[in-house]
Amino acid sequence: MSLEVIKLQCQRGEKELFSELSFALRSKQLMRIEGQNGTGKTTLLRTLCGLYQPEAGEVHWNGKSIKKLGEEYLKDLFYLGHHNAIKADLSALENLQINTALAGETYSEDDLLQALDDIGLFGSEYKPTAHLSQGQKRRVALAGLLLSKAKLWVLDEPFVALDGFAVKLLQEVIAKHIENEGMAILTTHQEVPLTNGEILSISLDLNSSSTGNESTSSDD
Amino acid sequence: MTSAFGTILKRDLLLALRRRSEIFTVLFFFIVVISLFPLGVGTEEKILQQMAPGVVWIAALLASTLALDRLFSADYEDGTLEKIVLSPSSLSMSVFAKILAHWLLTGLPLVLISPLLGLFYHLPMDSIFVMMFVLFIGTPVLSMLGAIAAALTLGLRGGGVLVSLLVLPLYIPVLVYGAGAISTSMITGVSIEPYVLLLLAFSLLSIVFSPWVTAAALKISLE
Amino acid sequence: MKINWFKYSAPMSFYPLAGKLIPLFWIAAIMLILGGLYWGFFKTADILNDQKQYYRIIYVHVASAWMAMWLYAVMVFWAMLGLIFNTRLSYMLASATAVTGTVMTIIALATGAIWGKTSWGTYWDWDPKLTTFLILLFVYIGYIALQSAIDDVRRSDKASALLALVGLALVPIIYYAVNCPDPTQCASLHQESSLKRVESNILIGMLVTTLGFWMYSFATTLMRARIIVLERERSTTWVSNLPEISLAETSNSKIEARTETRS
Repeated sequence: MSLEVIKLQCQRGEKELFSELSFALRSKQLMRIEGQNGTGKTTLLRTLCGLYQPEAGEVHWNGKSIKKLGEEYLKDLFYLGHHNAIKADLSALENLQINTALAGETYSEDDLLQALDDIGLFGSEYKPTAHLSQGQKRRVALAGLLLSKAKLWVLDEPFVALDGFAVKLLQEVIAKHIENEGMAILTTHQEVPLTNGEILSISLDLNSSSTGNESTSSDD
Repeated sequence: MTSAFGTILKRDLLLALRRRSEIFTVLFFFIVVISLFPLGVGTEEKILQQMAPGVVWIAALLASTLALDRLFSADYEDGTLEKIVLSPSSLSMSVFAKILAHWLLTGLPLVLISPLLGLFYHLPMDSIFVMMFVLFIGTPVLSMLGAIAAALTLGLRGGGVLVSLLVLPLYIPVLVYGAGAISTSMITGVSIEPYVLLLLAFSLLSIVFSPWVTAAALKISLE
Repeated sequence: MKINWFKYSAPMSFYPLAGKLIPLFWIAAIMLILGGLYWGFFKTADILNDQKQYYRIIYVHVASAWMAMWLYAVMVFWAMLGLIFNTRLSYMLASATAVTGTVMTIIALATGAIWGKTSWGTYWDWDPKLTTFLILLFVYIGYIALQSAIDDVRRSDKASALLALVGLALVPIIYYAVNCPDPTQCASLHQESSLKRVESNILIGMLVTTLGFWMYSFATTLMRARIIVLERERSTTWVSNLPEISLAETSNSKIEARTETRS
C-alpha cells in the first residue's frame, strides 16, 4: 500500500499554492500537513481525493494513477472534509447508515449503534441531528471512521469542535488505524501520539516552491 | 453500483417525507400559476380550452425550474455531495437516483394534480387523460435537462435565476410537442401518436445522456 | 493554419501574433464588406423591380445569420478542444467567440425584422427561422451569463464549455420542434434556402459580404481574446514586460508615488 504524490502543482485563481510537491506515504505512516490559512492544505487534501484537478503532477495509489483507478481507489479512501456530510433532518443512526452504505459497506444496526455509542453519542442515536450540538454533529461524522475499512484516511481538521474526551478518542482511533497497516493524512495542530508507526510532516508555509520534506520519526 | 443508487433514492425520499412543505410549495406554485391565467385573459370557455395546453405546460416548466435550485444545493452545502462523488460506485448512477427522486417529488405530483386543472379550463375528459399522459412522459425531461443546469450553477449567487435562463430555452421541444398533443386531442379524427412518439424519444434520450453530463458538470463545479 | 494554432497555443506566443494579425483582418473585413455591398447594391440593380429593392438587406441579413451559426460551431470547437487538451487559450477563444456570435445573432434578428416589415408587413413573425435565431440568442446569452456568474476562472471555463456542448446537442432538436410543431407537416414562412435558386449575381455579393463578416469576426475575436489573455495572465512576467503594459505601469506607479507623498 502506498500513496505517491509526484510533482504536484496546484493553483487557486491566479495564486499558485504549491508546485513540485512530491512525497510518498506507506502503510503504518501518518502525515501531518502544516501551513497557515490559505496555503492550500484543503486543496491538497481534495487533490489527493481526486476532487480537484492539479495544474500539473499526479497522485498514484499503489503505483497507478488515481485517475485511472477511479472507483477502485475510492474504495480504499475515507475523506472527511470541513463539512460533516450529515443531514439535519435525519437521525444520527440514519446518517451513519447512509454514509457507510455510500462508502460501499453494510453493517447491522447493532454495529452502527455500537459505533455511535463508542464515539459518545449514547442516547442521541434516534434524534434528528439538527438538535445536536456542533461537536456532537462532528462525532456523527467521525463515527464513520470507527467503522471504515478504508486503508487511506484523509482528514481535514478532524479535531475541530471536539471536546477533550472526543479528541483523545479520535487520537486513539487514528493510532489504531495506523497500527493496523493503515495510513492517514491530516491537517491539524493537534498532536497524534502513535505507539507504533511513523509521523511525517510537511509544511506548505512560506514560499510554495521551497516546500520541504522534513520528516520527524517518532518510534518511541 | 445499485447499492449507492438505492441508498440515495431512499434517502432523498425520506428527507422529502420529513420536510413535506418543499413538495407542496412546488405543487401549489403550479396550481396558482394556472389559476391566474383565466383572471388575466378572461373566462370564456373557448379561449380557455384553446389556451389550456400551453398554460399547463408553461406552468409545469416554471414549477420544475423553481424546484431545481434545491436539487444539488442542499447536498452541496452540508458536504454530502462530496461523499456521493467519492462513493466507490458510478457517479452517473448516483446522479440518476437523485434526479429520479427529484422527479418523483416534483414532477409526478404535477401529473397527478393536472386533472383538477383540466376542469378549471373546461377540457373534455379525453384531453385530460392525454394531458396526464404527456405530462407523465414529458416531465422527466424537465428534471433531466434541469439537473445539468443545476449542476453547472451549483453554489453560485443568484443560481436560481441563472438556472431558469439556461434551461428554459432547452425545454422548447417538450413544450411544443407536449402542448401540441393536448391541442390535437381536442380535434376529432387526428392521431396524437406522432407527438407522443417524439416526446418519448426525447424523454429516453435525456434519460440516457443527462445523468452522465450532470455527473461531469458536478465534478467541474465541486473543484 | 492548423499547425500555427497549435504552435501558438501558449498565451505568451499567441498575444503578439494576434496583435500582428488583427490589422490585417480589419483591412480584409472592411474591403470585403464594402466590396460586397457595392456589388450587391449597384451591380445587381436590374433583377427585380423598384418596389422590391428592399431585398438588398439580404447581403447583411444572410451574412450575419450564417456567421451567427458558424460562430456557435467555432465556439463549441474551442470549448471541446479546451475540455480535451485542457489548453487555456482554447477557453479564452471560446469565450471571445461567444460575444461576436451574439452580436451576429442580434444583427441577423434586427435585419430580419426590418426585412419582415417591408415584405411581410410585420416586424416579427413566429416564423421557424426567426424563432430559431431567437433561441440561438438565448443560448449564447446563457453561455455568457454562466461564464460571468462563476468567479473561478477554471470552473467558469469548463462549465460554460460543457454548456456549449449541451447546447450543440439540443439545438437541432429545438430547431426541429420549432420547424415542425405539427409532426405531420413542416411549414415555413421563409423561403426554402437553396443556394441554387439564388441568382449567381446576388450570390457573389452575399458570399463576399459573408467573407467580410468572417474577417470582422476574426478581428474582433482576436482583439477580445487578447484582452482576456492580459486579464488572466496579468501576474506573469511576460505581461508586465510588454511595452504597452510597462508604460501603463510607470504612470500607475507615478500616481501611487503622488498619493503617498500627499498622505
